[in-house]
Formats: sequence, structure tokens, C-alpha cells
Amino acid sequence: MGRRELLKLVGGGILVLFTAGGFRSDAQEGRGGRGGQRLPEDFNAFLRIGADGRVTCFTGKIEMGQGVITSLAQMLADELDVPLDAVDMVMGDTDLCPWDMGTFGSMTTRFFGPPLRAAGAEARRVLLELAAEQLGVPVEQVTVEAGTVTDRADPAKRVSYAQLAKGKSIERHVTPRPPVKPPADLKVVSRPVTRRDALAKVTGEAKYAADIRCPGMRYAKILRPPAHGATLGEVDVSGAEEVAGAQVVREGDLLAVLHERPDQAERALAMIKATFERPQPDVDDKTIFDHLLKVAPEGRAVSQGGDLRGGEGRSAQVFEHTYLNSYVAHSPMEPHAAVAQIEGDKATVWASTQNPFGVRDEVAEALGFPSAKVRVITPFVGGGFGGKTNNLQAVEAARLAKLVGKPVQVAWTREEEFFNDTFRPAAVVKIRSGITTAGAVAFWDYHVYYAGERGSEHLYSIPDYAIVAHGSAWGGEPGAHPFATGPWRAPGNNTNTFARESQVDIMAAKAGIDPIEFRMMNLQDAKLQGVLKAAAGKFGWIPAKAPSGRGYGVACGTDSGTSVATIAEVAVDGQTGSVKVQRVVCAQNMGLVINPEGATTQMEGCITMGLGYALTEEIHFNGGEILDRNFDSYHTPRFSWLPEIETVIIDDWNSPAQGGGEPAIITMGGVIANAIHDATGARLLQLPMTAQRVREALAQR
Amino acid sequence: MQEVVRFTLNGKPTTLTVDSDRALLWVLRTDLGLTGTKYGCGQGLCGACTVLANGKAIRSCQTPVKEVRGQALTTIEGLAQNGTLHPLQKAFMEHDALQCGFCTPGMILTAYSLLRENPSPSAAEIIEGMENNLCRCAAHRRIVQAIQAAATEMRGGA
Repeated sequence: MGRRELLKLVGGGILVLFTAGGFRSDAQEGRGGRGGQRLPEDFNAFLRIGADGRVTCFTGKIEMGQGVITSLAQMLADELDVPLDAVDMVMGDTDLCPWDMGTFGSMTTRFFGPPLRAAGAEARRVLLELAAEQLGVPVEQVTVEAGTVTDRADPAKRVSYAQLAKGKSIERHVTPRPPVKPPADLKVVSRPVTRRDALAKVTGEAKYAADIRCPGMRYAKILRPPAHGATLGEVDVSGAEEVAGAQVVREGDLLAVLHERPDQAERALAMIKATFERPQPDVDDKTIFDHLLKVAPEGRAVSQGGDLRGGEGRSAQVFEHTYLNSYVAHSPMEPHAAVAQIEGDKATVWASTQNPFGVRDEVAEALGFPSAKVRVITPFVGGGFGGKTNNLQAVEAARLAKLVGKPVQVAWTREEEFFNDTFRPAAVVKIRSGITTAGAVAFWDYHVYYAGERGSEHLYSIPDYAIVAHGSAWGGEPGAHPFATGPWRAPGNNTNTFARESQVDIMAAKAGIDPIEFRMMNLQDAKLQGVLKAAAGKFGWIPAKAPSGRGYGVACGTDSGTSVATIAEVAVDGQTGSVKVQRVVCAQNMGLVINPEGATTQMEGCITMGLGYALTEEIHFNGGEILDRNFDSYHTPRFSWLPEIETVIIDDWNSPAQGGGEPAIITMGGVIANAIHDATGARLLQLPMTAQRVREALAQR
Repeated sequence: MQEVVRFTLNGKPTTLTVDSDRALLWVLRTDLGLTGTKYGCGQGLCGACTVLANGKAIRSCQTPVKEVRGQALTTIEGLAQNGTLHPLQKAFMEHDALQCGFCTPGMILTAYSLLRENPSPSAAEIIEGMENNLCRCAAHRRIVQAIQAAATEMRGGA
């Protein structure tokens, strides 16, 4: 598609095209998809000022609860001097929005935000020039407020953005970047704003993928194997075919029942008699860690410095521990869903996804269509946490729609959601470290297996160190995991921060030094020191060596450019081993904060969600058979778990905005482990810290 | 078995000829086109499918449609009256008591039922009453605050 068609498609007006960070240079290189782009390729988002005066941003990013539908609009409102409610967001529609790699990694605000603001600034500059011309005054003489440009010398002379955009077809490309407003001039950014999608969500109007209806649509229920790796043997579908209105469809490994009612399709599916060949299970949730260590390849150095042996020689005490971390499910409240409709040579797919352009290419591949003939529309997404970068349901819906010649909805049951999930991988971290007689960390020998590098840097001031990563990160590699794994909120970092902050705490306790003081004396990173100090101040921390019996723990770390420190207070039931987290104080430095309200809710969400992987969340399995299939045995955080939560966001307006959707979750494993130790003297080295594991650790004291 | 089932739905008399053993959830979402009621787990474990039957929260995924014969049903679409939001809806918006929004209809209707039985709940009573509704985005803290605020408004600001 050319520029003229693009202008026509969006209805004319003033168009500003821009390129979000890293588009050409890194991750997105060469990933444009088969069959070419529908839109020109030299930008990946644009905004339009229409003849109605409204500002519309077209972006492949999606809204899944993290709040960017609000924060991105805030940035535009500020740069363009329009009210927030004059900004519309068109998100995740592959026909209307330029290609984007997806929404994950806390990158939307960090990397997409700056060019978005620049585009807003460029649009404002164009509008001011047009206005000056129309008013017949120099551009320096005009001012703008709420989308209306006024002549300073004669305020009666004024013209609105709507009037300026009317009948125009102007296109600008932002490069080089025009100056954006200095922080002090921001009126909308950095002011707390409640969510713009809230009204739709409290009235039931908000549409998610499973809420989409097409004329003639069929609901599909798909036959699943009892275990990953099992293959379909004998199958008798006669029972299903007897259900009135049911249609059984099979193509290779895909066997489904379609019906006008989803519950009837499910009833018919249950009538299918099938046998499966299952491979002998060779690993389960207890033996997985030995298995991972056995199959792990040689490591790759993440970073190293000094000489480990020299550091060990300077150590008065040496510590060696192994940390374990189980498979964890994403379990968003909305299970994966998609609707596919094929009309002639064109497919339209509505999907709950974090990467609509990935869906487009996967669907195109499955259908044998060019990517340009597949349109993916992303309705509201009911939670993702990394799990909705797996788009199997959309491919299933598209294949079935092609097979039966009717629109098809595939909406997974909770059991399918657990079975098909790409779990956070089980992982092992082995650390050897030492301290001098003065309590300085002398060496750090760190090996992470199957969690990846993110968050593996030691952060502290350590002269002699080696950080080595073994095996795949969240993506998994053949022979490692018995089922698919994938990114889970702050992938890798939850595991690495748990291990590092536990080891640091063990050393502090053995050195007889207060754990915050120990961290401060071994840190040179001013941002980390700043958040530790802020958290300690808010908490009212009184230094003491652990275990103090108070049940206080601390942990810190960095993720997505943001520094975070968390202090928790826990109560441990010595009989049952159950842990109640009573209070959490979290301080974060995330640079310029676009929406303090949104950032705070993300921190609270991270803290509360993090209680789950810290205390209970763990997938039990036997080979490829997933034993936890619903919320009766897989326990996510509940209201009664809710600690008192206090959050602090460091005022750092003059630094670039950093990620906020993930950082505060990374410290939750470590901070609770350290608080349990402070309460009881028992050290937990495995996540989750279930009541049973706490009892075992108590017995081992 | 196909039979005629009558009930009131969001204030309107409704007559259906359906297999009356079918779950109310699917009848609402497909036969009646009200998609604000969500499927979350299919076993009554998460609360996303909560609707009101005579003002009381029920799990529509566990309720055969024959059991709501003659009852007054309210789904999230029917909570606002003549375009005016219910205090709970307003409070959820004002307190940012949602993120992805998928659990929100069930949260609001469960809270409605809770406040109907106990107009002045303590925080502990709210937590107890909401315990079996799951929220994965972890907006729990805001949800408790929103319910407290709504309760205050519903009592006339006292």
C-alpha cells in the first residue's frame, strides 16, 4: 500500500508517521512476515489529526490490562495540547496499524513512548505553522490550548485543529526528532489518570475475543491428548455425530466438533472415544531439576571480571547454594480465544493475543494465504503476562473456518488453557560466593540453568565474578522440558532475583550485618541505593542482624530499566508452615512516570501476583501429562492473601521513562524467602515456598 | 430436554425454548447474546460467570437454566439504571479497581450481593465475601477499596 492509499484509508487529515525505538536496528529486523507489508515499511506507527479535531494513534501495541491505552494517549494529549478525551487509540489491528513485534517486555512506554511524543510534537509544529499561515501572523506569535490556536496579539483571531485539518491531506515523517516538551511543561503526563477503558469494562460492553459473533458462526471444541507427546490412535466419533447439530471435522492432528452452541459442542466432544499412544514418562515435577542439570549444555558467559580464585582466596567465608524454581502457569482470567472468518481470499481473525502480527503470519502460513490477505483484530485482551504470545488458538480457528466454510470460534476451556500453556520454565541457579572479614563480597560464581540471562547480573560491587547461563531461556530447547515453555511476566528475572537476593541475605546473616546495611555497603549503583533507602524509610526499618524474629525481609533488583526494592513482613505458622505476608513496602525508580496512577496499580498488581509464584504456584506433572488443570489445585493469589501494600515512586522526572509492568514482581520470591528466614531462621531454597516446604525447612534448622 | 423456561432478565420478561439442563452461562452468552458474563473456569471456582438471581450472586456456569425459572436475573449489562451507573460501577472506575477487566463483571455482581446482605461490611467481611472470585491482574486492593466506597455511597454517604 502506498502513502496515498494510507491517507485515504484513514480518511485524510494530518498524518504523522514515526518509527518506534529499535524498529530497524534490532529485534524487529527481518521479521516483517511473509508476503510483505500491507502498509509502507519505513515507520511502525502513526497518528492522525482528523477534520473532527480528534487525534487518533494507530499502533500494533495492544491493551491487556497494563494500561497503555491510557498512558500512550496521555503522552499525545500533552504534546499536542489537546484534552485527553480528544485522543483515540486504534490498537492491534493489522490492517490499520503498521507492523509491530508485539506487546511484552515492559517496552511500550520505554521504547514506543519517546517516538510517540516526538510525533505529537511534530504534529503540533505542523498545526501551528498552518494556523499562523491562516491567521496571517508569524508562527512565534501563536499559542495553543485545548486544540485551538490563538494569536497572542489578538485573541479574537483563532482557529481550531479541526478547522486546520479539514480538507487537508498532509503527511509528515518524524526524523530527526523534534524537541518534546520539558517535564515542567507537561500537564497530562505525570498526573494520575484513571483508566480510559474502565467504563466499557464495568458495564460489560468491553468485547474480548470470545465475545465476537459472526453470522453463521460455529463454536469448535477440539480433541486434546491426555499428555504432551501422545499421539492419536483409534478414534470413534459416532457418538459425537449423533448429537443434533454437531459436525465432526478432522484434518491431520486436528479433530474438532463444531456446533451452533459452545456447550453442545463440548457435550458432543465428550462422546468421542479415542485412544492415545503415550510415551513413557521420564521426568516429573520432583526429578525435573536433576534432569535439567544433566541435559544442560556448556554455559555461555554473561559477564565476568577479575579472577574467581583470587576472590575466593580473599574470602573469610564461602557460601554455596542451589536454588530451584518450578514451572508456573500464566492463567490469565480470559482463556485463549479467537474467531476466524474467511471471505473469498481474505481471512479476518479476532484473537486474544499479545502479538497480532505474529498471529497474522502464523494464520497465513496455516491457510496458505499471503500475510496481506489476513487481517487480525485484537479486541480487549483479558490478561497476558507473556502467555498470549502463543497463538495456537487463532491458528486452530482459522484452519477450522477454512475446512467448514463458516466462521469459527475457538475458545479454550480452563483445562485447555492449563494444558496448552507455555509455562515459565523450571530452573536451577547454583551460586558460590564469599565475603571478607569486613563483610565485602569478594567473589561471585553464578550459574543459571534454563531461566536465561535477564536479571542474572549481580548488581553489587564485586571484584571477582563470573555469570554463566546454561541452556535455553524461557523459550526452551529440545530435550529440556517435557512441554512448551515461554516468557512469563519479567521472564527469567523472578528466578535470578530470587537466587541472588537469597544468597546475598545468607551472606549478610553470616556476617552479622543488617541485610539493608549489607546491601548498601556492597552496592555502588545509586538508583538501587536510592530505592533501598526509600523503601527502608517508608517501612520504618530498624537495623538488626537476621534472623531477628521480626519476620522482616528485603530484596532489590532491576528489570526493564527500572530499579526496585521491596521490604516485606511475614508471619509463619510454625505448625502448618503456612506463610502470611502481612505488609509489603515497594520503592521503584522508573524515570519519568507517565501515569502515576497506572504505575502504582502495576506495582500493586506485581506485588500481589508475585505472592503466587513465591508461595503456591507450581505445575505438577508426570512426563507430558499436566496434573493441574484448574483453580482447584493450582492456587493463584486471593483476597485473603492481600498484605498491606505501600508503594513509593522515586521522583526522577528528568530521566527517560522506563518499564513499569514487570519490575516489582521480580523481588517477591527473594523478599519473602528472606522474611521467612528472619522470622524463623529457616532458609527456603526452592520456589514456591509451600507450607510443606516451609515445614521441611523448619525441621532442618 | 427442550422446554419453555421463563424468567425476567435485566427487567424484561424473557421466554426461551431450550434444553433446560444447559448451563445458564452459555444460554446468556449465546442464545441471549449477553457477553458481559464471562467464562473463566467452568467449575464455579473463579467467579467470572457470576450473575444475580433475585439479587443474589450465583455462578452461571454451574446453574442449569431450569433453576432460574421465574426468577429475576441481572447481568452486568443490566446493572446501570436508565444510563446511570450503579455506585459499585462508579467506584470500580474511580478506584482503578480493574486492569484487564475480565473478572470485573463477576466482581461487581458478587459485591452487589454482598452489600445487599451486609450494607456496612468491614474490610475483613469484604475480603471474606470476595474470597472465591479470582483476579489474575491482582487488583485486589483496589477492589476492596471500591467496595468500601460504594457501600458508603449506597448508605447515603454515612
